[in-house]
Amino acid sequence: MKECLFGKNILELTAIVIELGLPKFTANQIAGWLYQKNISSVEEMSNLSKKARELLSEKYELGLIAPVKVQESKDGTKKYLFPTVHSKFIETAMIPDKERKTVCVSSQVGCKMGCLFCMTGKQGFNGQLTAGEIVNQIRSIEEHAEITNIVYMGMGEPFDNLDEVLKSIEILTSPWGYAMSPRRITVSSIGIIPGLKRFLNESDCNVAISLHTPFDKEREQLMPVQVAYPIQRVIDEIRSFDFDNQRKVSFEYIVFGGLNDTPAHVKEMARLLNGVKSHVNLIRFHPIPGTPLHKTDENRLQKFKDELNTKGILTTIRASRGQDIYAACGLLSTKALVGKE
Amino acid sequence: MEKTTKFNTHKISKLTEFSEGKFILRFEKKFNFKAGQIVSIAIKDKPKPRIYSLCSGENDSEMQILFDLKNDGELTPLLSKLSTGDEILVSEPYGNYLADNQSPMWWIATGTGIAPFYSMLKSGYRAEKLLHGARGSSNFFFADEFSTLLGDNYIQCNSVSEEHNQFSGHVTDYLTQIDHFAVHNKYYLCGRALMVVEVRDLLISKGVPFQNIIAEIYF
Repeated sequence: MKECLFGKNILELTAIVIELGLPKFTANQIAGWLYQKNISSVEEMSNLSKKARELLSEKYELGLIAPVKVQESKDGTKKYLFPTVHSKFIETAMIPDKERKTVCVSSQVGCKMGCLFCMTGKQGFNGQLTAGEIVNQIRSIEEHAEITNIVYMGMGEPFDNLDEVLKSIEILTSPWGYAMSPRRITVSSIGIIPGLKRFLNESDCNVAISLHTPFDKEREQLMPVQVAYPIQRVIDEIRSFDFDNQRKVSFEYIVFGGLNDTPAHVKEMARLLNGVKSHVNLIRFHPIPGTPLHKTDENRLQKFKDELNTKGILTTIRASRGQDIYAACGLLSTKALVGKE
Repeated sequence: MEKTTKFNTHKISKLTEFSEGKFILRFEKKFNFKAGQIVSIAIKDKPKPRIYSLCSGENDSEMQILFDLKNDGELTPLLSKLSTGDEILVSEPYGNYLADNQSPMWWIATGTGIAPFYSMLKSGYRAEKLLHGARGSSNFFFADEFSTLLGDNYIQCNSVSEEHNQFSGHVTDYLTQIDHFAVHNKYYLCGRALMVVEVRDLLISKGVPFQNIIAEIYF
């Protein structure tokens, strides 16, 4: 079986060309073909000598993976289903919004974190994605040339696969790669503190933390990770980091009716986030099968947002997108898995 | 300062291979802790630390953990080669997976997820029911002590073979057979994500409020 070139960084490509006895500059040429042009085979790398292409093709292939299913919502959101090894699936969403096209990528096959409100967790954990498989979710969708923003908010916990996530970011932001601004990339995490610290130090991308409630006991019931990494310590870590003016911190907050949308939550959020320059995204909950949690009503959601803003917490309500195509992560791939069984 | 990054050097007192690939690592105690808490463990100059539940009583003179040898893992192959007198790096104990004195507890674990419940047992806590799921009879850690102190409330769920005095099947199979769960009990789950999610969904489907389910997941 041939090794994939797609997903290699410049150091790895340099090692490959040296091993094959090719000039060192060939690595930059290959990177250009992989990440800046639309080729589908090594043969198309036309500025490489025939001999170089033959040597490369003996051991390597491009390694792009096409989606096996695409669904399009009436609002323009698309959900792509990509296959992985062992007949599992990952999901990628493309969300158009005026001039922006945002891709929401997965970082793992399934997830280990077991959050109560999440469909992906019901699949269990089925493996890590490589940097190539992460970037492939951008490269192999129809809109790849028009993508303006990337969010790591699909299946999996990015800080539980941080080596590959950081490598994928390197490919997306390096001049030899996609040359995207790191400010157009947001990585969302439930707050694994060692991973958070490393991510803040080794990347310039934005970070979003899944908060969902400011109360410890309540968060333990929603998110088992809270017993190991309490949200207060996550916030302390963010507070102690020296962010520059451009790098953004945000908090994701799924609003569950009657549970985490009370005045007490507003007050505690104000205490918890005091002094943290950030933005809170309120997200409507769309119930998953068998969940004991409920969606909140629109009036209550609006009031909760207004009260947070009054307390000085910059808060917006995220528009729900792609509801008619199971765009909430985990739903489509779980249906695909069930369909195979 | 983040607690998990403050490491102290602890000397190993004993490493026991309990069954094939399953180890009990005992080391000197430098901090008090509460039953159910976790520590981060690392080896000097080696890759990333990993988190383990403490598996000893609050008043024991030493600390211990359980671990599964993962041949492709970064840390457990190194831990499995340690000898008495070797040193490991251990964080201060932390975490809120703590026993509840106010409500009857059910402890539900698979594999090395039994660790926090052994810590609770050794610290004087008792469960109304303990379900331990494992692959084969040799993988039921501390069975004698659990059996002595919990009697018939200690259920071994053997997922690979049929043995006398054991339930044949997974913990979910055992729980599926139960029609009624006391809604005011606290249900503690510990193990791999899929087991925790499946058991939690099952309990919720049988009327247990999610607020009474406390989960710790190994990741």
